[in-house]
This record gives sequence, structure tokens and C-alpha cells, in this order.
Amino acid sequence: MAEVALRNVVKSYGEVVAVKNVNLDIPNHEFLVLVGPSGCGKSTTLRMIAGLEEITDGEISIGGEVVNDLPPKDRDIAMVFQNYALYPHMTVAENMSFGLRLRKFAKSEIKARVDNAARILDITELLERRPKQLSGGQRQRVAMGRAIVRNPKVFLFDEPLSNLDAKLRVQMRTEIKRVHQKVKTTTVYVTHDQVEAMTLADRVVVMNGGKIEQIGTPNELYHQPKTRFVAGFIGSPAMNFIPGRLETNGSGLKVRLSDKLTIAVPESRAARYRGASGKDVLFGLRPEHITETRGHNGGSQGQEFGVTLDVVEPMGMETMVFFKIGDTEVCGRVEPTAAKGAGESMQLRANLDHMHLIDPATNQVM
Amino acid sequence: MTAVTATGPAVRAGRKRSSLSRSRKWALYASYFFLILFAIFFLLPPYYMIVTSLKSDAEMARLSTSPWIIADGVTLDQFRLLFTQTDFLIFFKNTAIVTVCTVVITMIISVLAAFSLGRMKFWGSGILATGIFLTYLVPDTLLFIPLFQIVKALGLLNSYWGMVLVYPTLTVPFCTWIMIGYFQSIPKELDEAALIDGAGHMQMLFKIFIPVALPGIIAATIFAFTVSWAAFVYPMTFLYSADQQVLTVGTVTSLIKADVYKWGMLMAGALVAAAPPLVIYAFLMDYYIAGLTAGATKG
Repeated sequence: MAEVALRNVVKSYGEVVAVKNVNLDIPNHEFLVLVGPSGCGKSTTLRMIAGLEEITDGEISIGGEVVNDLPPKDRDIAMVFQNYALYPHMTVAENMSFGLRLRKFAKSEIKARVDNAARILDITELLERRPKQLSGGQRQRVAMGRAIVRNPKVFLFDEPLSNLDAKLRVQMRTEIKRVHQKVKTTTVYVTHDQVEAMTLADRVVVMNGGKIEQIGTPNELYHQPKTRFVAGFIGSPAMNFIPGRLETNGSGLKVRLSDKLTIAVPESRAARYRGASGKDVLFGLRPEHITETRGHNGGSQGQEFGVTLDVVEPMGMETMVFFKIGDTEVCGRVEPTAAKGAGESMQLRANLDHMHLIDPATNQVM
Repeated sequence: MTAVTATGPAVRAGRKRSSLSRSRKWALYASYFFLILFAIFFLLPPYYMIVTSLKSDAEMARLSTSPWIIADGVTLDQFRLLFTQTDFLIFFKNTAIVTVCTVVITMIISVLAAFSLGRMKFWGSGILATGIFLTYLVPDTLLFIPLFQIVKALGLLNSYWGMVLVYPTLTVPFCTWIMIGYFQSIPKELDEAALIDGAGHMQMLFKIFIPVALPGIIAATIFAFTVSWAAFVYPMTFLYSADQQVLTVGTVTSLIKADVYKWGMLMAGALVAAAPPLVIYAFLMDYYIAGLTAGATKG
């Protein structure tokens, strides 16, 4: 087990720069998740740590040792791939022990490690089967077993759950978390699914366009996003962004969202936004902070406003309501019993304790 | 009333089913008809060979009996004469040596070449792979003249070892091409997993790629075997004494003297010569299982 550090790491393919100056410190035992949309450089970053991609510039160290020029086998890492990458002609036990056999471990040691990993993953009865006789979830467990038996310094996961169906994905997510709690190996996990990132990670790294947008705990990213991208990427359904103008409102501030609707900025927040008074801003508020007037998520601060619902989506435990503010489609989450039908008008309340203002010029959260 | 309304859709569905099964039946009849036609077409020559090889010379010379049946009873005289009075067994031994050597050489070169061209991306590997395939498109009837010079310069003229040298020029390009395709179809995560597990290129080849690509290797082996077993132009050109001759040319040259055809022995020889490929096909086809890679990745 070891810490991993990336210093000014760059990866370019000719003219195209896939990863730009990434700096990252992953302490021992941490479960770090790299998350971002397709092509954001998260997989490339992981593959550079693995040694499957050479780095163009910068430095990667594992356990204090610079590994820039070390081949994958000498980095003491194990990797789980999206498509499992099991050896089809070997049994589960042979798949798991392949790395140990190449490293000339004693037979008794190999058996002990394979049995232990099989017990952790609950695949003891599958050890003599071949990959094609396994289900998707079982194959993924074997792929994890192959990583565990090596007892490496670092686990690397490259979108390991993307090939599983929704229900299995949730189960395997819990399984991965449980395994990490048991073995405590430093883990770098790549996913494009922000729910996976939030549920698994000690810390999440949000990447976009080859750069790190923000690093933080799941709660930090959710409640204190630093950029518009992070605010919009983390959370489902996504945060509402409504263009408006910040104006003075006597001693306080207000955001004019449309001709009819202005939102008074709570006093607790006014000080931080005062400098931007008179400027165009993006007003950001998550759907769960737009509720019915006796809001199930409501805080003390709230402003009521009336809307005409465009679309209503019942989810069971809550109902999504969509309506327009100005030209922007906005989503709110209300109690199923409080929801009205499409086309009807409804009184909603915005919980402004959780509002964000974004500078449209820089896309930074103010 | 309810019964009537209930049967309405059921009857319609039944009609639909029957028209479906009727068209399926016709498709089956048609495929049986053509399959039987082709079976007859392809099995007639071997049948004629077997029948002729089991007849006596006297019966063959007698024009009054049908050539399609054995009238005088089965005799193994043709085989006995073939093995005792001709050099057939020498031809057979030479062919076996040449073929085994050719297959081994071909598979060693092809597997290594295909692995490097298909998996280890390097500058010019794509062009090289295409180039190898293009050499296969040059017919052997064009190549034998320059090859004659080479074989002669090496002192291998009229030696079956010369065949071991020239047959791979026919087999290696095609086998490499087949194997490149097979190796490329193996997901790249498999070598990455092996790299991380600590395998070098050679371990990767022997422990992962060759076992996984076994169906492709068997296909290539069958091809190399068939080509060198049945080669005609090269031995015809490069070999001229009986002790060095191979089956294809040897059988024909020793059993056809000017306009005298020893039909019985020719047919017996052709039958025995055709046996090894037949056995190999029958044996290896069982292992010729596509889908061996199933389960490696999400399938």
C-alpha cells in the first residue's frame, strides 16, 4: 500500500493534448474517483499511472518512487478493466493466480492468496470454472480477485461497472466499497457516472477537457462547487442555471431572473456577492431546493413564486416538475401529493440557502 | 358468444402460423434438394475412385460391365501392386517429411510475424502486413522460374529439401494474414492485463495469445498442410528422380506411361494420398471451435 502523486503530468498525442498539467496527491488507503464526461482525460490519467501510456511531461510517483520509466509490471499495481479482460482459456483460479505464477510465488502461497481473495469476493465455488461459464457480475468479481491476490500498492479501476445492468451495478458498487474497507489498498477509480463517484469516493476529482476542475469530498463538490461545470455535472437531475442580473435591493441584493421574477439574496450570502452588483450572472439552484410551499426539503429561507407547469414526471417518492422561467426550462422536486398536473399553475418555494451565483464570463462560482 | 369472439384472433393467428410454417417447409425442401444435388456432385468422383481401385484390371478392360459397379467382386490387388511394385511408399514418405517440415516452419514464422504485426504496433507495421498479403497474390506458376534459379544456386535441385524451402513462400503469407486477423480480434485489454500481471512479450504470446487464438492457428495449420500436401507445380519443376519425388507428381509420372494409364493403381494411389488430409480435417475440425474467446470480455 502506498501513496500516489502526480506532478504537472501532461499527455499529448501529437497536437492534441489529452491531459494538461495534472497535479494530484493520493494518500495511502484513499479511495479516489476520477469522474468526468467522455474524452475528459480521466482514463488516460489512470493508464498513465498504470504505465500503459507513457507520459509526455511531468512526474508520477508511487510509494515515493518515481515510476515514469518503469514498465507496468514493476509498478506493483493491479488493474480492473471495463470489459474484465479475463484470460478465456484459464479457469477462475488460474486467472487469479496468473500474476503470482509469473512472479514465481510458492504454490502454497498462491493457493492461500487465491482462497482468501475468493472468500472475500464470495466466488469460492466458481474457482474451477472458465470465464465463459460466468455471469457478468461474477466475471467482474474474478477481475477484482485477480487484483486482490497480487496485494499490490495500488488498485486501478477503469469504469469497471459500465458493462453491468443497472441493478447489478448498484450491488457491485457496494461490493467494491466493502472490499476496499477490508483490504484498504489505495484505489484510483475512473467512472463517468457521478452517482458512482459520489457513493464510492473518499475524494472525487472532477475532470473536464484534460484538466482538473475540482478536487474534494463528495459533499464538498455537491454543496460548494467551484465552477459551473462541477455544479452542473455533480447531482442528478442537474442543477438549474437561470441567466439573470444582480441588482441592489435597498441594503441587500436581488437577482432579476425575468421581468416578473426577482429573487432576494439571503443576507448570509449578500456580502459575498456585493462586488458583482449590476452584473449579469447565472443563478444556480438544485431541483431539490425548489419544492412545494411547505417544502419537504425546505430550509428557513425561502421565496415563493408561482409557475405554470410544462411537464410533470412522477418518480414515486417524489415528483419532478418542469416549468419555464424566462426562456429557461427549470426543474423542481415536489411531494407527489403536492404536485399538480401539466398546464396547471402551482406555487413553489426556492430554498435560497443553497443558491449559487456564477460569473458567466469565467464560469467560476462566486 | 364469448367463445366465438375468443376464437376469432386465435384462428387468424393459426392461419398466420400455418402460412409461416408452409414457407419454412418450402425453404427446407429447397435446401434439401440443393444439398443432395451438391453432395452427389462432389461425392461422385471419390465414389468412382473407390469403385475403380477395388476392381481387377481384367474387369476394367472389359467394356461390357458398368464402370459404376464392381461386377467381379472386390479385390485389393491394386493396392498390393501399388505398395510393392511402384515407388509409392517413397513418395508418401517424402511428402510426409516435406509437409511436416513446411507446416512447422510456416507456423513458427507466421505466428511470430502475425503477433508482431498484429499486436505490437510499430512504424510501418500496417504496410508490412498488407505487403505480406500482396506476395500471396503472386501465383506460383509465375514464381517457379526465379525460384528455380535460387533452388539451383543452393544446390537443392532434385532434393525434397528444396520443397521445404519453397513451399513456405506459398503458405507463410496467407497463414500470417489469417493469424494477424485472429490476433487483432483479441481485445487489447487482454495484453494490458497480462502486462500488468507481469508477462513479457514472449510469455504473453505463449501463455495468452496462442491458446486464445488456437482456432486461428488450427485453420492456418490445415491450410499449410493442404497446400504442401497437394503442391504440384514446384515438385514438377524441381524434382525429377523417383527417390526424391512427392505423391502428387510421383503417382502421375510413375503410373502413366505415355498413353498407358494404370487406372486401378492411379485410383488406389489417389485414394491413399487423399487419406491424410481427410483424417486431419476430421480430427482437427473438432477443435476448430470458434467462440473460444467467449467470456474473455463482455460478450
